Amino acid sequence: MIGPNGCGKSTLLRAMGRLLAPRGGQVLLDGKRIDRMPTREVAKLLGVLPQSPQAPEGLTVADLVARGRHPHQAWYRQWSSDDHAAIDEALAMTGMTELADRTLDQLSGGQRQRAWISMALAQGTELLLLDEPTTYLDLAHQVDVLDLVQRLHSELGRTVVMVLHDLNLAARYADRLVALRAGKVVAQGRPHDVLTEDLLRDVFDLEAKVIDDPVAGTPLVVPIGTRHRT
Amino acid sequence: MGALARRRRRRIVGLLVLVGLAAAAGLASIAIGSKPIGLDGVWHGLVAPTGTENDIIIRSLRVPRTELAVLAGIALGVAGSLIQGHTRNPLADPGLLGVTSGAAFAVVVGIFAFGMTSLYSYVWLAFLGAVVTTGLVFLLGSAGRGGPTPLTLALAGAAVSALMVGLISAMAVIDQQSLEAFRFWRVGAVAGRDPVVIGQVLPFLAVGLVLALANAPGLNALSLGEDVARSIGQHVTRTRLLGIVAITLLTGGAVAACGPIGFVGLVVPHVARFITGPDHRWLLPYSGLIGAVLLLVADIIGRVIAWPSELQVGIVLALIGAPVFVGIVRRKRMVRL
Repeated sequence: MIGPNGCGKSTLLRAMGRLLAPRGGQVLLDGKRIDRMPTREVAKLLGVLPQSPQAPEGLTVADLVARGRHPHQAWYRQWSSDDHAAIDEALAMTGMTELADRTLDQLSGGQRQRAWISMALAQGTELLLLDEPTTYLDLAHQVDVLDLVQRLHSELGRTVVMVLHDLNLAARYADRLVALRAGKVVAQGRPHDVLTEDLLRDVFDLEAKVIDDPVAGTPLVVPIGTRHRT
Repeated sequence: MGALARRRRRRIVGLLVLVGLAAAAGLASIAIGSKPIGLDGVWHGLVAPTGTENDIIIRSLRVPRTELAVLAGIALGVAGSLIQGHTRNPLADPGLLGVTSGAAFAVVVGIFAFGMTSLYSYVWLAFLGAVVTTGLVFLLGSAGRGGPTPLTLALAGAAVSALMVGLISAMAVIDQQSLEAFRFWRVGAVAGRDPVVIGQVLPFLAVGLVLALANAPGLNALSLGEDVARSIGQHVTRTRLLGIVAITLLTGGAVAACGPIGFVGLVVPHVARFITGPDHRWLLPYSGLIGAVLLLVADIIGRVIAWPSELQVGIVLALIGAPVFVGIVRRKRMVRL
């Protein structure tokens, strides 16, 4: 999902994740109204990672990832071998096994984001909703996190819905783009069909050239700005 | 997961050590007082009493106050961890939701309007006041569109507490007798309470404790923020409500039996968190046991420093608690939640 600041990307994602109740309309998950499903049932189908989530100090990576198993646990059964397997797998997939005993505050921003993704992964849901998983990361770590997300899709078959700020990275990693403006979906489809010069003007008020990304062949947005306007 | 298993074993050992400490402090609390009793005398009085002077002191005075200290310590320690966890506020104490001031208000109303003087009636009044006040705070704190949040609850608690304290002062100013009776109640103490009090508050404390432990996994989820908690399947409002009921029962029971005792609920969770980290399934039992040890030791100190007279445990705790609290504030690493 792409769109200018304040256009409602996060709101839409939160509504889809049952974190917000829609005032009008409904969110359907497998044909059922999500707001009528029990919280725990939803949590087994769909994981949501909000933007810059917070954790108590002293929490280790292993503890955090273990909390992803919450929907599969009950007060009488706190721990099972399924839980262990899911946690080990999630740590390995995100490359966090070595850092499992570190506390979150000892990690770099990129590692911390991987730890959170690892938690969402341990939850074992087919659907993952991520709200700007690359916020506050430098470019190298943004690519690193998005490569990981890409692998969740290609290797584990997870469906990932993401809000992304960076249009070029969104075009690079997404199969489908949804563009929003002022709370409405303006365009959706394959990156090539959505990311056009006209759409950038309409949705972002941005004058830009769209060329082919020399690496991936996906659309690449090159903003013009006043200095180079002809 | 070798590290996890090792940590688990370490924490169980830690719990056993605390149980041992509490038992030792409990024995000391039975032995030490204006009339010191040797350990053989303690054994005699506990196991095979024959009605000697020592036996009577032990069974009618020392044992009840020791039991009360243990119960109140557990209750306040656990309630403190719950309130700090729910509000994510390291400076929260169990009185934050108005439990303590509500209890005090009810007691003063009892004395002022109905001329009650017996400690019996205080217990029920205090407990009723605690429950009604927390209910009121919860309703006020949930009134807005967002439902109960830590912030609205804390604000509602502060507002209601201020109101209660104002009303208490007004009644105490008008009526000398209220002031006299209230003066003694408001200094928290475990001594001089009728042993019957223990039986009266025990059911509430027991239920509160069970609810608190049941609240631990939900509180762990909530500590990752409400959004994450919901997305990993935790019903946020239900979890908060369960926590508030547990806090009310525990704090209300403790206040009803002992009067307001400060600092335990504030300081103990920090000490416990320092040992166990942020997992409430460990934090709550640790807090309870540390609270019991702290209250026992403070009560013993109160008997020793003013010997042969004694100082109420509430005063001792304030005197120890203040420096400890300064220490905590200075060690920033312990404070953040």
